[in-house]
Amino acid sequence: YIHIINKADMAASKGLKILVGCKRVIDYAVKVRVKPDRSGVVTEGVKHSMNPFDEIAVEEAVRMKEKKLAGEAVAISVGPPQSQETLRTALAMGIDRAIHVEIPLAQLEKLQPIHVSKLLAKVCESEKPDLVILGKQAIDDDCNQTGQMLAALLDWPQATFASKIEPSQDSKQLRVTREVDGGLETIDVSVPAVVTSDLRLNEPRYATLPNIMKAKKKPLAKMSPDQLGVDLQPRQEVISVEDPPVRKAGAKVESVEDLVGKLREKGLVK
Amino acid sequence: MQALRRVFALNQNASWTRTVLATQQKSCLLSSSSILDIGIGLSAEKRQIQELALTFTQNEVAPHMQKWDAEHIFPVEMFTKTAALGFGAIYCKEEHGGSGLSRLDASLIFEAIATGCVTSSAYLSIHNMCAWMIDSTGTEEQRAKWLPQLAPMSRLASYCLTEPGSGSDAAALKTTAKSDGNYYVLNGSKAFISGAGATDLYLVMCRTGADGPKGISCVMVEKDTPGLSFGKIERKLGWNAQPTREVVFENCRVPKSNRLGPEGSGFGLAMRGLNGGRVNIASCSLGAAHASLLAAREYMTVRKQFGKQLAEFQALQFQLAEMAAQLVSSRLLVRQAAQSLDSGDPGAPAVCALAKLHATEQCFDVCNRALQLFGGYGYLLDFPVQQYLRDSRVNCILEGTNQVMRMLVARDIIGRLGDA
Repeated sequence: YIHIINKADMAASKGLKILVGCKRVIDYAVKVRVKPDRSGVVTEGVKHSMNPFDEIAVEEAVRMKEKKLAGEAVAISVGPPQSQETLRTALAMGIDRAIHVEIPLAQLEKLQPIHVSKLLAKVCESEKPDLVILGKQAIDDDCNQTGQMLAALLDWPQATFASKIEPSQDSKQLRVTREVDGGLETIDVSVPAVVTSDLRLNEPRYATLPNIMKAKKKPLAKMSPDQLGVDLQPRQEVISVEDPPVRKAGAKVESVEDLVGKLREKGLVK
Repeated sequence: MQALRRVFALNQNASWTRTVLATQQKSCLLSSSSILDIGIGLSAEKRQIQELALTFTQNEVAPHMQKWDAEHIFPVEMFTKTAALGFGAIYCKEEHGGSGLSRLDASLIFEAIATGCVTSSAYLSIHNMCAWMIDSTGTEEQRAKWLPQLAPMSRLASYCLTEPGSGSDAAALKTTAKSDGNYYVLNGSKAFISGAGATDLYLVMCRTGADGPKGISCVMVEKDTPGLSFGKIERKLGWNAQPTREVVFENCRVPKSNRLGPEGSGFGLAMRGLNGGRVNIASCSLGAAHASLLAAREYMTVRKQFGKQLAEFQALQFQLAEMAAQLVSSRLLVRQAAQSLDSGDPGAPAVCALAKLHATEQCFDVCNRALQLFGGYGYLLDFPVQQYLRDSRVNCILEGTNQVMRMLVARDIIGRLGDA
């Protein structure tokens, strides 16, 4: 699937169409507990919210609209019925409309980035966005895969771990600054492209009461994986989920000689 | 959690208290118990509004609660941020910048903010009450002039009814407003005024006519009007994040165009303002009790004595259960009162009085019990429950003492003395 935008138009046109992915995850401040049967973590009755990196992605899309770089911003969430609350939050932050790909409960726990990226790719075929912004990873599984897989499926360029997005010098591409191990890398990508947001891209705004009320009137469309023709067969089987081992007490040493002695004892040093 | 235990085991002094507080502030409000769910019985839409207020509170209010109390800081910047979210004039019409929402929405917002600072939430509710009085009773000119300033909280308001000689007997107020051409000349003083000296607009109930309630009018007095001055800042048990002072009028000339509503309507307006004010202040008590209860629960899962967590002792478990009954019954009654105001129920004032009476007393008791559950640590200023306790104590007194609330409730039950 190839979608070519007239690059000269980017500066002058109505702006980019942006698709933003939002995932509903267990809230970052919750103390996560493992289920007694070790099949997963307790999610029932536990506070959920929008993945923090996705909040940053939503914020960036709204800012690009405010800067007139983008014309329309659409939010999409793949998840259970409650994902609609996540989408309402995105709408209240300034997104124009939302798409909910509803996953039946039975398949929810086994959903993997490969499935999500295929669903998103299908939606991109009909929505034809110029830019897809996703959070770099979800804080529940920490996969850091969906953005990359989506770009590969669409054969689009990708710019992951973005800490800045701006038009390139000639306004025909996007200049993205990426946070990498060695520091900051700046690349120019042509659109359409997939970008994933990193922590320092922006600080998300609070929704305001008037915007929450306005969001109620914004369109929220529902879709199913069947309609999109994507098979949700799990590729992985979770065998067990356990607490990390309880940290054992360490020992304090008085001098460097003691330290070396102890390391020798444990066979860590010759 | 593991980090907490480890630190406590190693080091039983101040460093543990800091770790407890930091963890508590974040995860305290995330109870997964359905009884203590702060959104109990609410629709998804109401929950979204509550969510906004809670998130804002966790980020912008709760971390500063202690400091504002200790250093007596009136957090004007924080109020400006709340106003940017639409919290400055929650139940005023949208025409001039209000949010056009309901008393129930307001109750949810004040309760949420009170989980992070009771005092700030209380002031916010007073400001909202004043904005509403102007919005509901003001002329088009008055509304167009004041609401665009009050809604964003670029100007702040205070409500002046109580005097040194008249608290519960509010209709006996003595501040006079004598007619002088196009002006009133005000003489007298008001006591215990929240925000006095730091706010810009004073809604003053004063006497334009004969004795009794029908001689009272509401006049708006702007800061810096000659003849307006303030007493010293009162030293209080709580509500330290808010200046409370006497407001003094000495031949203070105020244009008659600043009068809200017709002459003689001021007392009725003041009482109508207080109906909502009672729901709001009761909501602040809910927030204090909610935070205190969750803090106590958290502490009880960490603190061990006699080889067991405090949470394993039945006597203490029963305390939590009783506190939950107090909190949740109060919460439901307060929200019912808000809804009866929203639906224009003629019996609403009595429901508001009942809700205020019940919630402020029960929630103060919840805070007090929570403090006891913390043991010695509960008495230290490093721990938040003592602040919730001190700040929520006055809720049983202002906006109509709980004794006056009892009068109003009894009157509703029995009927007015002398009525058929």
